[in-house]
Amino acid sequence: MILWLLGRLGRAAVTVTLIVTFAFVVLRLSGDPAERFFDPGDTPPDVIEAFRKAWGLDQPIWVQYLRYVENVARGDLGNSIRENRPAIDTVMERLPMTLAIMVPALFVKLLLGLTAGVVAALYRNTFADRLIMGVSVFGFTVPSFVLGLLLALLFAVQFRLLPSGGSSTLAHYVLPVLTLGLSGAAVIARYTRSAMIEVMGQPYVRTASAKGVLWHRVVSEHVFPNAAIPIITVIGFMIGSLVAGAVVVETVFSWPGVGSLLVNSVNARDLAVVQVILLLVGFSMVAANLAVDLLYGFIDPRLHRARGGED
Amino acid sequence: MNDQAILQVSNLTVDFDDGLCLTRALHGVDIALAPHDALGIVGESGCGKSITWLAVLGLLGQRARVRGSARFGREELLGAAEESLSRVRGGRIAMIFQDPSSALNPVHSVGRQLGEALRLHRGLKGAAARAEMRRLLDRVGIGNAGRRLDEYPHELSGGMNQRVMIAMTLAGEPDILIADEPTTALDVTIQAQILELIAEIRAEEGMALVLISHDLGVVAELAERVMVMYCGRVVESAPVADVFDRPAHPYTRGLLDALPSLHGPRAPLTAIPGTVPQPRRLPPGCSFAPRCAFAVPACQVAVMYLGRIVEIGAPEDVFHAPAHPYTRALVSAIPDPRRRGRRGILLTGDPPNPIDLPTGCAFHKRCPDARAACAAIRPALLPVGERKVACHLVHPPGLGSRG
Repeated sequence: MILWLLGRLGRAAVTVTLIVTFAFVVLRLSGDPAERFFDPGDTPPDVIEAFRKAWGLDQPIWVQYLRYVENVARGDLGNSIRENRPAIDTVMERLPMTLAIMVPALFVKLLLGLTAGVVAALYRNTFADRLIMGVSVFGFTVPSFVLGLLLALLFAVQFRLLPSGGSSTLAHYVLPVLTLGLSGAAVIARYTRSAMIEVMGQPYVRTASAKGVLWHRVVSEHVFPNAAIPIITVIGFMIGSLVAGAVVVETVFSWPGVGSLLVNSVNARDLAVVQVILLLVGFSMVAANLAVDLLYGFIDPRLHRARGGED
Repeated sequence: MNDQAILQVSNLTVDFDDGLCLTRALHGVDIALAPHDALGIVGESGCGKSITWLAVLGLLGQRARVRGSARFGREELLGAAEESLSRVRGGRIAMIFQDPSSALNPVHSVGRQLGEALRLHRGLKGAAARAEMRRLLDRVGIGNAGRRLDEYPHELSGGMNQRVMIAMTLAGEPDILIADEPTTALDVTIQAQILELIAEIRAEEGMALVLISHDLGVVAELAERVMVMYCGRVVESAPVADVFDRPAHPYTRGLLDALPSLHGPRAPLTAIPGTVPQPRRLPPGCSFAPRCAFAVPACQVAVMYLGRIVEIGAPEDVFHAPAHPYTRALVSAIPDPRRRGRRGILLTGDPPNPIDLPTGCAFHKRCPDARAACAAIRPALLPVGERKVACHLVHPPGLGSRG
């Protein structure tokens, strides 16, 4: 078990390193922060040069990278060029706002998605199933910025019920949460339906019915625990991406979260901030995956025992 | 025997609805099961031997249309409410299946699955349930019962899992045990153990046994009476000794001849030629006729009028849904005490003189629906679905001469 855990952590470290390295190289190749920060037309070249020197941008890229790794190892994640303070502070300031829409959205996804998926599976090939699947194909395929704009158009412009952007009141939360929740619910509903249907065809489900278990108990005790295994993978992925925020939705609703910070920082080539966000996302993805794997062992005894044998 | 039957299945039919059409899988099966009976059901895969019992217990799912009757004692099982069915399932009629390892839920421990049956049918919980579970596992020959209860199906062998399944059926103390190919997925030595166990338990608990198998040898070991099924029908039902010594139906004979034997001189096995027909494309008449070495024309019914076949097909098609006007008149002219007072089709006139036949359709002068074409052109015997009919009303002339 411990060996297994160490192996997983090792692989996770490699993953995070690769993400950060990739971002480091691509960001630096895609443009010079100095040219974003100053207008090269009317800034004296020596000012730009001094700026480059101050931020270490005059060094070859591999020297910059080694210095970055060294700093990270010492716990220094770098400063934001735009705000001239630790990038981690900039990101952490935004994180609560992001979680404030992502966590409620996750609940919407789970509640709506699981219910719809289970109902669709239990009433397969009926009108209810076709309706749910039709709506979920819509939610699944329509990009979130289209859905977001559509909802904003409907509720903010047409009915004037909700604000279309900003974050000052509780009403501001509704549209972003709804946009995120609906598209996520569609994904979960589809997974849940197909997982449930597959399990309902298994011989052990027939055994349970033949034993005299009432159908609703068969569903909750025998079908659902087995169907949960693939569904958890999807949910784990969603939990992992909580901190990343929703780049598109936050931008559409001008929500001051991590997602819109990422967009702005990439635009401004605020290197340290982008890297902190990617590190954070990498870590939470890895942590969520690890949690999902541990949960698998808990739910599926076949994995649990197999892993126990590795000790 | 029907008076004391604990389970009486009558005219059981099952159709599967795939959304486009119905496919009949069971064509009216009758079974009477007495207490302590040991009934073997044999037939090739797809012959309806499992479907019969899944239908009785209402386990076929939404796409199945089940008709007929299955009376357990005084209770009608077909169409019964889920609550009353769930008391019968596992409690009065228990079932074990092929491939025990996938018939047990992989995410629940053996103890949890056993305990579920005990709670449902005996109301046992906690320590009492645990003690009873141990006794049951002991009873079916699983050693170290206490530890096994906490294990999962994937940790046990196939034979062990089947023992767990049997223990689970014993938990409900049923009157009937239905064993659906209980040893098909198992090694032959394990098969012998499981069959032995089933025989033992039947003798001790005194329950009726229904053993479904494609293997005549397995059935011969345990059953006292054998039913042979083919394409959704029972083709032979007799005491086990009669079936083996004097098989009456050619299909049963075919099954026996296809059985390899270790004893006696080596003789080539005789295979039944052909394959089982698709349920949707059953031949008319006797379903076995195309593969039968002894088939005679009577395996279909042909209706003749003045020396010509006017309609030929399966008896149930021809008698229950006649297509030719003459067949219709013929069928409706048969007196039936259950349908007194109904108005039949009355034909006028006498059959024409056979040596001076009218032109066109020989029947047109008496046909209530005759048209001009009927007097002019003699209709050919052309297929309609699975039968053949010679009639212009069924095949309008001039649409090309098919067949």
